[in-house]
Amino acid sequence: MDFTIEVNNKKIEANKGETILTALNRNGIKVPTLCYMKDMFPTGSCRMCVVEVDGRKDLITACSEPVYEGMKIKTHSQRVIESRKMIVELLLSNHPDDCLYCERNRNCELQGLADLLNVNERRISGKKNNHKIDQSSSSIVRDQDKCILCGRCVRVCEEIEGVSAIDYINRGSKTVIGTAYNKGLNTSSCINCGQCIMVCPTGALHEKPHAPEIESALEDPEKTVVVQYAPAISVSIAEEFGLQAGKDMIGALNAALRKMGFNFVFDTSFTADLTIMEESAELIDRIQNGGKLPMLTSCCPAWVKYAEEFQMDMLENVSSCKSPQQMMGALIKSYFADKKEIDPKNIYSVSIMPCIAKKFEQQRDEMTHDGITDIDAVLTTRELVKMIRKYGIDLNNIEPEIADSPLGMRSSAGKMFGASGGVMEAAIRTAYYKLTGEELIHFRIPEVRGFEGRKEAKININGMELGVAVVSGLKNAAELMEEIRNGREDIHFIEVMACPGGCINGGGQIIGSDDEAVKARMMCLYDIDEKDSVKFSHKNPYILELYDKFLGVPLGHKSHELLHTSYQKREVML
Amino acid sequence: MMERAVENILGRYPNAKRENLIPILQEIQEREGYLSEGAIVKVGQRLKLPASKIFGVATFYNQFRFEPLGKYHIQVCRGTACHVLGSASVLEEIEKQLNVKAGKTTKDGLFSIEVVACIGACGLAPVISVNGEFHAKVTTDSIKEILDEYRNKAEEGEGHE
Repeated sequence: MDFTIEVNNKKIEANKGETILTALNRNGIKVPTLCYMKDMFPTGSCRMCVVEVDGRKDLITACSEPVYEGMKIKTHSQRVIESRKMIVELLLSNHPDDCLYCERNRNCELQGLADLLNVNERRISGKKNNHKIDQSSSSIVRDQDKCILCGRCVRVCEEIEGVSAIDYINRGSKTVIGTAYNKGLNTSSCINCGQCIMVCPTGALHEKPHAPEIESALEDPEKTVVVQYAPAISVSIAEEFGLQAGKDMIGALNAALRKMGFNFVFDTSFTADLTIMEESAELIDRIQNGGKLPMLTSCCPAWVKYAEEFQMDMLENVSSCKSPQQMMGALIKSYFADKKEIDPKNIYSVSIMPCIAKKFEQQRDEMTHDGITDIDAVLTTRELVKMIRKYGIDLNNIEPEIADSPLGMRSSAGKMFGASGGVMEAAIRTAYYKLTGEELIHFRIPEVRGFEGRKEAKININGMELGVAVVSGLKNAAELMEEIRNGREDIHFIEVMACPGGCINGGGQIIGSDDEAVKARMMCLYDIDEKDSVKFSHKNPYILELYDKFLGVPLGHKSHELLHTSYQKREVML
Repeated sequence: MMERAVENILGRYPNAKRENLIPILQEIQEREGYLSEGAIVKVGQRLKLPASKIFGVATFYNQFRFEPLGKYHIQVCRGTACHVLGSASVLEEIEKQLNVKAGKTTKDGLFSIEVVACIGACGLAPVISVNGEFHAKVTTDSIKEILDEYRNKAEEGEGHE
């Protein structure tokens, strides 16, 4: 520590160059914030974090003001609290009074601030907003009446994803967040990653709900309702049920889904293993037969749409493999339907994803055949948690069960898809085996683990150096694509995820989870990998059986028909 | 047509950066009468700015329009003298009769409305200008007559360009 500052008549230590807020947070002093975003440049625009600084006439925003030696600060004087309260009252002056009916009731930052500052009457009454709700997107619903213009969605869209589908439009009291020419999100450059929802403090942004349709299907005697859940789901719900964040809830989840009425419960990690079989075969084929390199992964539907809009010249580099969700969807309505002698038309196929772009992916033209959609509905983690509660299921007192065979059995490699770097690690393990005939003894590849936005590694396979890179957050992807365009040739395979850190931090996850909780999810996936006996996708006996009895070989005729897809250039306003 | 005009304007800014955005938009509007989607996309490609950001900047200023001008472009003065003599109700009445808001163009393309600050004819307040022709001491009652005058002109095949 460089020097001390005085906060509320007590000395605390501080570092040169840090902001007041950073120093306060480290010393356990809480100041409310609204527009502030961790690890991003502060704007100081909402003024929720104001403090009194000795010798300064005006209140100072703690998020943007650097500390200096001997600085004297008051964080909770009457003047400060009154000022914060006034800001909340002004924000509430034109806010709809429908908390009870709001998606974010009890998980709303504005509501939380009003509570914290004891706002218990409407002193300021403004003209209510009356905007149309934008329902045009397959993934996101935008209710501008609830927007308080904090700008966090604009920043995440621009600074993390490099998309900038939205910005501040108009001026003064007429300001709104919107797309170019106020068009629907569906025709904008929005990639449906949902990171805007994750940072929205109010109910202005939420996912397109699919739960009502699923609840009807569960009641329909004609339908066989089948569900699959993504690798990240079982490690992302514990804290919502009062358990330690990151705890693996797989057994309870299987049991809960059956109690809710799903007839068959499958694990998307199984088709993650299948993706690895197909994708590693495709990579080897590209390397050995002069195909386009580097190959780019295709599991993340937000990244795929981004590539279709922003990286059109790289589309041939994107793997033709469908995502694990869509591979499972295709298998359920073919392989599984045949096996169980059920007409695919009577199968209602649900997936539970930490993602809202999966709702878009499910509706892509390429994912429907002969009028039958591979996947019928997609639930986010949030929707799942609500549904579990609604159905009166006590996740803490439930006998664990296992998923259904044969599409429910996975290797730990498939499970690792949930974290950034997981696809890469799983793919390298299998590619290594395919190229050398031997198993990778040091199965862990630490260079591709963790939350770094870009990770790179060089893997030696029988004297051939395979260059790999893992990026999350599409701004990082765009930078890497630019390097490749400028002639970088040492990278052969790139994993791309839109959400920082991968699906464990996806746009469909619980809103308001702290960094520690997200980290715990990642650690749990690595822990599962340590403990599981089957750590390689190509060693999953059910995958081998699937090829043996149904698919034939990776990249074979049947695989092409069911497991591979194509992409389209999208002309949107960039 | 539009594309070439925008290209020509951009051509005059060989090292265009984001600080050139507003002058470029002004030139485009000067030439085209408004900022079209196509124009904004072209400018964005050149300046490496997203369309949403350019639209955001342009909507911050009253001077930019996003629809083509009507055959008859009505400028309603909202300067101090006009305001004192009731230009707010004049504007409201014009918007009501044409069924479009200021900044927009009627569906038939005949009229567009623009709110302007003082146009320097305070002695004639409240004043409106239609394709540069001034109409003095406008009242809510005289608006229909003025609009009809231009409707008739349009039928006779006269007007702007």
